Amino acid sequence: MDKWEDNRAWFLVLPVFIIVAFSAIIPLMTVVNYSLQDIFGPGQRVFVGVEWFKEVLSDKRLHEALVRQFIFSGLVLLIEMPLGIIIALMMPKKGWGASLSLVMLALPLLIPWNVIGTIWMIFTRPDIGLFGAGINALGIAFDHTASPSDAWVTLMLMEVWHWTPLVALLAYAGLRAIPEAYFQAARIDGASAWAIFKYIQLPKMRGVLTIALLLRFMDSFLIYAEPFVLTGGGPGNTTTFLSIYLVKVAVGQFDLGPAAAFSIIYFLIILLLSWLFYQVLQNVGKGEA
Amino acid sequence: MTLEWMAWTVPTAVFFITIALMLFGMTLWQVVSPCIKRRGFLPIATTRGDRLFIGLLSSAYIHLAWLGLTSLTLWIALGLSLAWMVVVMRWG
Repeated sequence: MDKWEDNRAWFLVLPVFIIVAFSAIIPLMTVVNYSLQDIFGPGQRVFVGVEWFKEVLSDKRLHEALVRQFIFSGLVLLIEMPLGIIIALMMPKKGWGASLSLVMLALPLLIPWNVIGTIWMIFTRPDIGLFGAGINALGIAFDHTASPSDAWVTLMLMEVWHWTPLVALLAYAGLRAIPEAYFQAARIDGASAWAIFKYIQLPKMRGVLTIALLLRFMDSFLIYAEPFVLTGGGPGNTTTFLSIYLVKVAVGQFDLGPAAAFSIIYFLIILLLSWLFYQVLQNVGKGEA
Repeated sequence: MTLEWMAWTVPTAVFFITIALMLFGMTLWQVVSPCIKRRGFLPIATTRGDRLFIGLLSSAYIHLAWLGLTSLTLWIALGLSLAWMVVVMRWG
């Protein structure tokens, strides 16, 4: 039978292409253009070649922010991925308990990001915050505005509280999609709970976990609003992540050229790591990657 | 509508036109001769498009490493990247 193709389908993709062009491709091209120039104002610019890239690549504050960012994203993934899977495994499969769990899990995801930062800033304040004052009342000195370690603990708590539900919801959706026949066969074979998890549930969740891992990595690597509201990048620069530093350069100092060069390097890091994660997760267990 | 706000320069225009021509050429190539996923020296099976992506992304990193680690001209990095692109596309 001859293969028949209807090329009109391409026209259906056109609206998405136009939207992506305006929301991503054109801004990205503009950033590349800015990265090679010294911008003084509208229509006032001088071509400087790769000068800003050299400056940004040798910027110690950027190196420090990059290390902080990797530590933060690494911790986020290490905590949120297993925790989300455990929560999904523990959730009721049906009935009112399942509905209630889903609603409760979705609540943190519905709150605007800057409001999350404000909630946690007040919640962990050592003088009036329930958490901060409570910890201090127990005799443990806790002040996220003065102590870098306390600031990191607060940030991690906030991030885990905010985003673990997303991982849990995705994992739960993956678990619910596994046909009951798999579990019946496992029970007949006398498989342990661990064996069921390792050989049935985890492989069947690969797709949703890939999405969860990519979303959480990209989101945590781009994090801005919550730490900006909670700590403002402090104490000192101890919670200044890449995006906070980028905004300081672009908006605070109005150095659009260096900020554009910085943005491109930032983009390349995220692109590479997301691609690597995707490849590893897609090929794990297939004898590749 | 003017494109002044996009702050175009000749080098960046040449860069993006090259990328666009590459994508257009790859599309034509795919239509004329559809590719099959295959395994080369890269640790994963790749299509032609995958190899182009890997080549372009690694070329960006070659340029960044060159800028950050040496003070030599970027034309050498461009030459290395082109050679790397050919190797990846042919044997990757």
